[in-house]
Amino acid sequence: MKNVQKSKRANKSLPFFFKDEFKVSFVIIFISLILLFTTFTFDVVPPILNRGIQPATFPKALLILIIAMTLIIYYLATKNPWKIEKKLPKSFFLTLFSFILFVIVSKTLDFFLAISALSIFVSYCWGEKRLFYLLLVGIIFPIIVFIFFETILGLRFPPGIITNIYYS
Amino acid sequence: MDNLLLMLAPLFSSKLLLVLFFGTLFGLILGVLPGLGPTTGGALILPFTMTLDPLSAIVLLTSIYCAGTYGGAITAVLINTPGTPAAAATCLDGYPLAQKGEAGRALGMATVSSTVGGIFSVVILVFFAPILAQLAYEFGQPEYFALAIFGLTMLASIGEGSPIKNLIAGAFGILISTVGKDFMTSIDRFTFGINELTEGIGFIPVVVGLFAMSEMLTQSTLINQVFNRIALKAIKLPSKDDYKKTWKTILRSSGIGSFIGVLPAEGGTVASLIGYSEAKRFSKKPEEFGKGSIEGIAGAEAANNAATGGAMVPTLALGIPGSATTAVILTGLIIHGVRPGPDLFREQPDFLYGIFGAMLIANILFFIFGFFGAKIFARITLVPNKILWPMIFAVSVCGTYSLNQSIIDVWIMLFFGVLGFFMRRYGFSVVPVIIGLILGELVEGTLRQSLVIFDGNWLMFFTRPIALTFFILSLIALAFPLIRSRKIKKNND
Repeated sequence: MKNVQKSKRANKSLPFFFKDEFKVSFVIIFISLILLFTTFTFDVVPPILNRGIQPATFPKALLILIIAMTLIIYYLATKNPWKIEKKLPKSFFLTLFSFILFVIVSKTLDFFLAISALSIFVSYCWGEKRLFYLLLVGIIFPIIVFIFFETILGLRFPPGIITNIYYS
Repeated sequence: MDNLLLMLAPLFSSKLLLVLFFGTLFGLILGVLPGLGPTTGGALILPFTMTLDPLSAIVLLTSIYCAGTYGGAITAVLINTPGTPAAAATCLDGYPLAQKGEAGRALGMATVSSTVGGIFSVVILVFFAPILAQLAYEFGQPEYFALAIFGLTMLASIGEGSPIKNLIAGAFGILISTVGKDFMTSIDRFTFGINELTEGIGFIPVVVGLFAMSEMLTQSTLINQVFNRIALKAIKLPSKDDYKKTWKTILRSSGIGSFIGVLPAEGGTVASLIGYSEAKRFSKKPEEFGKGSIEGIAGAEAANNAATGGAMVPTLALGIPGSATTAVILTGLIIHGVRPGPDLFREQPDFLYGIFGAMLIANILFFIFGFFGAKIFARITLVPNKILWPMIFAVSVCGTYSLNQSIIDVWIMLFFGVLGFFMRRYGFSVVPVIIGLILGELVEGTLRQSLVIFDGNWLMFFTRPIALTFFILSLIALAFPLIRSRKIKKNND
């Protein structure tokens, strides 16, 4: 309880643009405005074919609602500030990086290799240093999953340097 | 009599029994593992259900739902961490009782009250779902629109979070449902020239991302956390004295849980919190609550398991999910070509009563598994996160890819994983996004069709008594959190 009060006090002393409530509200409103702008580019149905409302009307209404509600939470936060969240640890950023790595490897090299690389990387970054367990999560388990999906569900994985060898 | 026989059908099918056995076992494992649970587990297993017939698939998902909800209690009692959000209230008394060396007694009470709550709710489901379905015959497009709005406004009172944040998340979920070709005019919306988005954003990538991947990111911030696990010698059935103390609480919480479950969008978490607080209010020894009260465990556990059957009522009768997990089950029904609603009750009673029967058997099965296997399931919590989560990642990626064989779905899943992490970090629940996504098409579809019927006159909505009732209930649902917070503030002052 004391910590919460302390962190709330700390939050009050920050300039408004450094506060979480401002950053979060700003991001939501900024993205909503971009999407709202996009809705004006949707095709318009000619009156003779139009039944009910235009396809853009419903998303527009939703986005305006989201912006309005975000303004309300920001206004409420100025009266009752959010508590400051703890700084994110290095392991979080490494895991996030592994997601990016996964996208790049799966797109350029191989889907299976991407799963394998991410599993070993994450397991290692989270503190697993024993080779057997790294091989278990990075190679043995993905192979089991791969074979299971391939044989039981009849799934065909996207082509890549390793999957091509398997399929040929 | 015929319906009773239909309910017992799973007992006479070796395939269904096997599915039930596996589903209950898998559900228990998911429930025990903090961060997983029946919603994520259901979403992960959904692609596998494509190899099964519709009844087996839904039986698998419902048995995971029932057992997973109970499984959360094992972790709540032994490591003071709820295996599922619905078991949060169980921690309050389960862990203190375990610290006193009575882990077996705490788990025994959790098992018995969960089973009673679960069975009670199946009875409610069997009686009320057909009645609600019958009522739904009176519903036209405007009534369905009003009902969906009521379901969405109920999001305001989910959990302890900010009601407005929940509503923003719900509106965001509906917005996601508008991506792709407009169903009435085939005009592209928010596709940004990406062909894969013209079909819309699938439910599975969103749910796996928001639940499993965001949890993986959350776990990455907790890798140094150490759990103090209390040793469990053996699970004990409650004594006669315990039954005397708790039978009223169990029955009351079963009723509360079933009722809360029936309300759209609510679920086990809300049910267990209310079940717990009501148990405290009616208790002769409220001062023992929070210090290891056996009534506290009974109140929370009976309510959260009773919510399972309750939540299936609107899911099957109206196609409106009663909770996050029933949203996954609803998706399972849809991808297997089963359309929930009144027609399902008229056309496929054998299918429906098969589900009811399976839920009943699942509640008995998890009692047996829990009673004899709690010690083994408790050991699952020892699997280190650094081994477990990379494995979950592999299954999540392959499962998400398998539905449409689309790599874009995997990237969408990862995107929602990151988004879900930051949403949770800043107090936005991810459950409303799922409910919004599920209800989105219904809301927009019924609104537009109603406006066609009403010739564009919005005021006509208020001339329909059922629709008007739902709108009034929606206003109450929106006002309720406001009244509650003022009351809490007044009490604190």
